[in-house]
Amino acid sequence: MEEQKKQKLNDGSSLPSSTWQLWWFFLVASCIKLLLAPSYRSTDFEVHRHWLALTHSLPLSQWYFDETSPWTLDYPPLFAYFERFLSVFSHLIDPQIVHLHKGLNYSSNSVIYFQRITVILSDLCLLYGIHRLTRKLDSRRQNLIWVLVIWSPMLLIVDHVHFQYNGFLLGILLISLSYLEEGKDLMGGFAFAILLCLKHLFAVAAPVYFVYLFRHYCRGGFMRGFSRLLIMGAAVVVVFAVAYGPFLYHGQIEQVISRMFPFGRGLCHAYWAPNFWVFYILSDKVLAFLLRQLGFEIQAPAASFTGGLVGDSSPFSVLPQIMPFTTLIMVLLALSPCLIMAWRKPQPKMITRWVAYAYTCGFLFGWHVHEKASLHFVIPLAIVAVQSLGEARHYFLLSIVSCYSLFPLLFETQEYPIKVLLLLLHSILMWLGFSAQFFETAAAAATATVPRKKRVDNSGPDSSSNAIIEKRGFVIGWVEKSYLVGLAAVEIWGQFLHPLLLGDKLPFVPLMLISIYCAFGIMYSWIWQLRLIVRSLEL
Amino acid sequence: MEKKVMKDKVRVADGGDDYWWWLVHKGIGAIFVSIAIFALIIRVGVSFHPYSGAGNPPKFGDFEAQRHWMEITLNLPTKEWYHNSSSNDLSYWGLDYPPLTAYQSYIHGLFLRYFHPDSVSLFTSRGHESYLGKLLMRWTVLSSDALIFFPAVLYFVFVYHNVHSSISKSDIAWLIAMLLLNPCLILIDHGHFQYNCISLGLTVGAVAAVLSGKDLGACFLFSLALNHKQMSAYFAPAFFSHLLGKCLRRKNPLLEVSKLGLVVLGTFAAVWWPYVHSRDSFLKVLSRLAPFERGIYEDYVANFWCTSSVLIKWKKLFTTQSLKLISLTATILTCLPSMVQQIWAPSKKGFLYGLLNSSFSFYLFSFQVHEKSILLPLLPASLLALEVPLIFMWLTQFAMLSMFPLLCRDKLVPAYVSLFALFILIFNAPGRRRPKRNEDFSATSILLVFGSLCSFILHIVYLTLSPPHKYPFLFEAVIMCLCFSQFILLTFITNLKQWMLKKPAKLKEIEKKLI
Repeated sequence: MEEQKKQKLNDGSSLPSSTWQLWWFFLVASCIKLLLAPSYRSTDFEVHRHWLALTHSLPLSQWYFDETSPWTLDYPPLFAYFERFLSVFSHLIDPQIVHLHKGLNYSSNSVIYFQRITVILSDLCLLYGIHRLTRKLDSRRQNLIWVLVIWSPMLLIVDHVHFQYNGFLLGILLISLSYLEEGKDLMGGFAFAILLCLKHLFAVAAPVYFVYLFRHYCRGGFMRGFSRLLIMGAAVVVVFAVAYGPFLYHGQIEQVISRMFPFGRGLCHAYWAPNFWVFYILSDKVLAFLLRQLGFEIQAPAASFTGGLVGDSSPFSVLPQIMPFTTLIMVLLALSPCLIMAWRKPQPKMITRWVAYAYTCGFLFGWHVHEKASLHFVIPLAIVAVQSLGEARHYFLLSIVSCYSLFPLLFETQEYPIKVLLLLLHSILMWLGFSAQFFETAAAAATATVPRKKRVDNSGPDSSSNAIIEKRGFVIGWVEKSYLVGLAAVEIWGQFLHPLLLGDKLPFVPLMLISIYCAFGIMYSWIWQLRLIVRSLEL
Repeated sequence: MEKKVMKDKVRVADGGDDYWWWLVHKGIGAIFVSIAIFALIIRVGVSFHPYSGAGNPPKFGDFEAQRHWMEITLNLPTKEWYHNSSSNDLSYWGLDYPPLTAYQSYIHGLFLRYFHPDSVSLFTSRGHESYLGKLLMRWTVLSSDALIFFPAVLYFVFVYHNVHSSISKSDIAWLIAMLLLNPCLILIDHGHFQYNCISLGLTVGAVAAVLSGKDLGACFLFSLALNHKQMSAYFAPAFFSHLLGKCLRRKNPLLEVSKLGLVVLGTFAAVWWPYVHSRDSFLKVLSRLAPFERGIYEDYVANFWCTSSVLIKWKKLFTTQSLKLISLTATILTCLPSMVQQIWAPSKKGFLYGLLNSSFSFYLFSFQVHEKSILLPLLPASLLALEVPLIFMWLTQFAMLSMFPLLCRDKLVPAYVSLFALFILIFNAPGRRRPKRNEDFSATSILLVFGSLCSFILHIVYLTLSPPHKYPFLFEAVIMCLCFSQFILLTFITNLKQWMLKKPAKLKEIEKKLI
């Protein structure tokens, strides 16, 4: 295998060099992913293995009814077809993988390496998306984006250790965005429809897509607009028909929908994703405490958040209970400035930012949000992060915070060094990359006014004039710096001081601290993005 | 040609067309930190894989040996560490490394005992295997690597950059990556389980000290390396000849030599302190370090004795005693040219070549060589990676192949594949200038392609086919022969290169005639 790669390498010299460089980044990442194959894997690994078995052994009409394992199929049909496709190969490698009963909790090397390699290979989709999005940029920006996306520590943690197929799905999102940026709206919409049928959680950006496509694609007079609307509608309907058609034929749509939207799971996940609802729960607790101190009779809630199980009863003692519908309204409200913007001035160059913003809103205000969902906006935002200094500063903070918020996913001791080192490496590479990027643009601006006295060389800022330029480059403000130091403090408290000082008491505090602390960072990012969008509305 | 390459490099340093400018613009410190973190991630990744002898009673493997030494050093008084007794059965992984290894085991044992006392308790912990036990043991290697090998590499790179200041920072970054991401060392230390990073790290520190002119410090560091693993003696001829050559050129050679000798003796005395009081205990330790009873070779190591034993049955023809003498003579004879060159004309570059050549001759001709010992010639080769990238690449490739059967037994094939691929990728990183292919290179490149092809086929064959019943170790033997032929060829080339440093014109003619 290594020889094959070497062969590729030798061919690389004849290929256009930027393609080979992109492959290089991807192959280096793949080596690390393969190396991490024996590491910890979450129940999601067994979930996906079971789906392989289920789609392989059962007829289509029973896919959404099967209850052999608690891990029932809860992704849309296209993803089930994808699993069916993979199961063909897994059957060839080891039939036990796809055995409905014997395969339960199967954990031999064959299944581990098979599933891990499918994730690594499905990342080719991400590679293609990134290639499409960055092919017209200059080499340094390309490099930076590749480092941010292909070497993303978040993807590595979630996909290749914890186990999921986010790289594949985000790849399709990036492909769709690249088509939209190029003005090929029909293809963009088509790709997004496919994405929706692969994982419905991506539907948060659907309003943005709808408004944008309606205003951008279906413009130019009533007749032309209407016919284009029909074309787009037909494309989307075809995708949905292919996905849901067979189930419609069997009359199982209701069952499919009920499996896909398990609203019984409650507002928050067992580990609270760092979003708005963390503050809501917290203020409820604080209010209840204060009112009790003032002498009011406050009943303790029947259900608790830290206990994990959340039933029908309200988990709040003072504030009103939150229903799924409330969260939907809140998401739409938060989205509305972006929708207005997309309606007024549908520009292709803004679409990535809008979609990322939509996912940020969904993450902050959505129902039963997983911490992993932060990938949906961190990855697309990497594309716009290289455009200006302000974006880069924002992304630097956001990326660190959201990667840190994933730490509780890998809770075993063995993976502790991996997650810390990955975040450290990512931060250093980001810092180096951004400062190189914006040092040079600052320098270029300076040399435009001052006569070209001296080209900036490798040795960096050694003369006094260079030192002045450096100040205009990538520098993080003291607020951000102290926030990041606080992040380290939260980690040290949770990992070392808390067990040392409090022992087994208050075991939920370290996780809660991470949620609350990261929630500040994500809220900041949301406000920052909102401000940017509103500002562009005023212009 | 040398000057032209230099000029090219200067051009890269000045121009903005350097591909890795974004990574290297903050200086060597920032480069080193980022590559070091990357290298640590790789090491942690390898440490998830199985270790040698995992779940394989009754003797397990090197992992159990190291754990057992922690158990012994922790629970017995220092004088009994090398002494066969009822509580220290030397036939079960008895200590057979010098005292510094024992002290290191003691310190790591303390660490293990603090978190997981069961894993190092006397007697009851034999064959101990647990999640936490594995983790803690792995972390002791990781920390030794990060605390000894990494700083040594940083020191070396700083010194190297001072000596060759015209080298661009991208090239320095590449050199750091080559040193820290050496697949063989990572697989043996973090996969198979050993502490080569300590002795090799001390050696790198000593080399850097020599290059920066701090000869006394170099003697101290190299003595420590020798006291951690006696295999470090592979480098001794090079250190000896280079330092001697340097001293002879000074005002007062005798004084200089005796200063160095005193440092060496002092370091040795300090390390051996508990054993130097009585002749008996000293000899006992010494006899543990030289296991002559194990024969001239073991398994299928790609050195001269084992490879030629396919035709000549050395073990039957000679007694162990005479084999000892024969192998010693062969080793000394083969490393003599490089020693003479260094005494005659000591130079920094020549010293690095000398390290490579002396370790090669030890690997190929000395008594009782293990396949893991290829790590020793590999170290100076990686220090020379910027000078002779092709030779370094070549050696790494066949060093990996020579250890492949061993790593297969350890179930480290996935780690092997990914590290090998990673090495090739980083070796050929985009934006890196490839060595220019001149006309006289074409013959070499055909040889290279042919060699890689053979190695690739052998990998596949070894993994997929089962050998014929008559010759159960057929594939191991073929791998051994191929590797030996390459190693011998490389030894020849590097010896030639070392001698060409002095008299280029004359030897170039000889080389042309030979090729």
